[in-house]
Amino acid sequence: MSVSYKRKDVEYLLGFLDAVNWQEIYLSLAEAMPFLLKGSLMTIKITTISVGVGIVLGVLIGLARVSNNKIVGGIAKGYIEIFRGTPLLVQLFILYYGLPSLGLNLTPYFAAVLGLGLNSGAYVGEIVRGGIESIDVGQMEAARSVGMSYGQAMRYIILPQAVKRIIPALGNEFIALLKDSSLVSVIAVKDLTRQGRLIISRTYQSFLIFLAVAFFYFVMVFIMTRIVNYTERKLKVSD
Amino acid sequence: MIKIESLYKNFGDLEVLKDINNQIAAGEVVVVIGPSGSGKSTMLRCLNRLEEITSGQVYIEGTPINNNETNINQIRQKVGMVFQQFNLFPHKTSLENITLAPVKVKKMGEEQAKKIAYDLLDKVGLKDKADVYPNQLSGGQKQRIAIARALAMQPEIMLFDEPTSALDPEMVGEVLEVMRDLAEEGMTMVVVTHEMGFAREVGDRVLFMDEGRIVEEGPPKQIFGEPQEERTKDFLSKIL
Repeated sequence: MSVSYKRKDVEYLLGFLDAVNWQEIYLSLAEAMPFLLKGSLMTIKITTISVGVGIVLGVLIGLARVSNNKIVGGIAKGYIEIFRGTPLLVQLFILYYGLPSLGLNLTPYFAAVLGLGLNSGAYVGEIVRGGIESIDVGQMEAARSVGMSYGQAMRYIILPQAVKRIIPALGNEFIALLKDSSLVSVIAVKDLTRQGRLIISRTYQSFLIFLAVAFFYFVMVFIMTRIVNYTERKLKVSD
Repeated sequence: MIKIESLYKNFGDLEVLKDINNQIAAGEVVVVIGPSGSGKSTMLRCLNRLEEITSGQVYIEGTPINNNETNINQIRQKVGMVFQQFNLFPHKTSLENITLAPVKVKKMGEEQAKKIAYDLLDKVGLKDKADVYPNQLSGGQKQRIAIARALAMQPEIMLFDEPTSALDPEMVGEVLEVMRDLAEEGMTMVVVTHEMGFAREVGDRVLFMDEGRIVEEGPPKQIFGEPQEERTKDFLSKIL
């Protein structure tokens, strides 16, 4: 690429950098750091618990989806349709702002974990279903042929194999969940995003602080990605 | 041992089995032959209800299995099955493949299950492969482990669903040999196969199936030597 920089441009840029008060940036960041760290911890906490809720729900929903019982399967399908078919933000609003009018007051934290968990359960359910269905029917037949019940066959034969296959998809889901957790900042949860906004409301340094917030999310996702990759490699060993 | 009474099986509108009747005695080795699509595998799979029976009844040692009161899991403990595609559990070692069902289903102690498993591994000639995962085994070895897995439940009946059809030719012999030993020990066996040599040598009785019915049955000598039915003659002339 042949880009010719004009002297004027370079001077402009240098002037811009000169105008930046590095010391002030340093001070603001140092001041913001404890709040951002606190927010990150909250984000990690909410994400971790929601992932737990999502996994438990998702496995149940996935199992329900593949069951021969039409009613159970239908309920699971309906659940998935509803939670995938409506925005997470609206779901959070219903839980936090809507339920009180029915006399049900949830704390912001509880509403956040519940909303993210219920939502994630729908997606994990579909991932689990796909994983189970990807296992050759011969595996179920062999397990049943030695006298195992359907439940035993699922537990000892089908699910262990399915889990290996769905780790990458689950990892993506949980990374998405970590980032989507920033939505809970609108229902008064002091997560990373909200802490950032609180700082900005005092200092008006939107650009700097949101950049810092983005950086914190990036680091968390980066670490999570490594954990997912590591798990994937570990589980592949016995293949 | 096994009694099949007017067994019918439909897949949707397709009638796959039509009025199958037969009795298999303890210790008998019955070989089922016939063209593909004749229903022989389906019939075999009805014997442990891997296929739901449309109508009719199968009795295993007098217990009707097409029956909601019968605990099919208990019946299946007495009826071992070997599949064309082996269906070993890929996430378990050979040993674990064999011990899993005794431990989880029969609630047998780990140590005792291992002892039985090693004996079986010895029997199928694969003692050195105990700690190996299925993907490191050849087809013939996989199928021998699969036989050991079925035998670990100490079944009284063994069903073989084309056990050598997915094998490379040079591995067919080692599997048939294990089956021959089993027959000599007096195991009741129902074998769906295309191995006519095995049928002739090891079979006590041969069933020839076509279009969902048992067309002809008798001792191997008679079926292969002087078949009575046109369809049997026709089939045998094509494959022998």
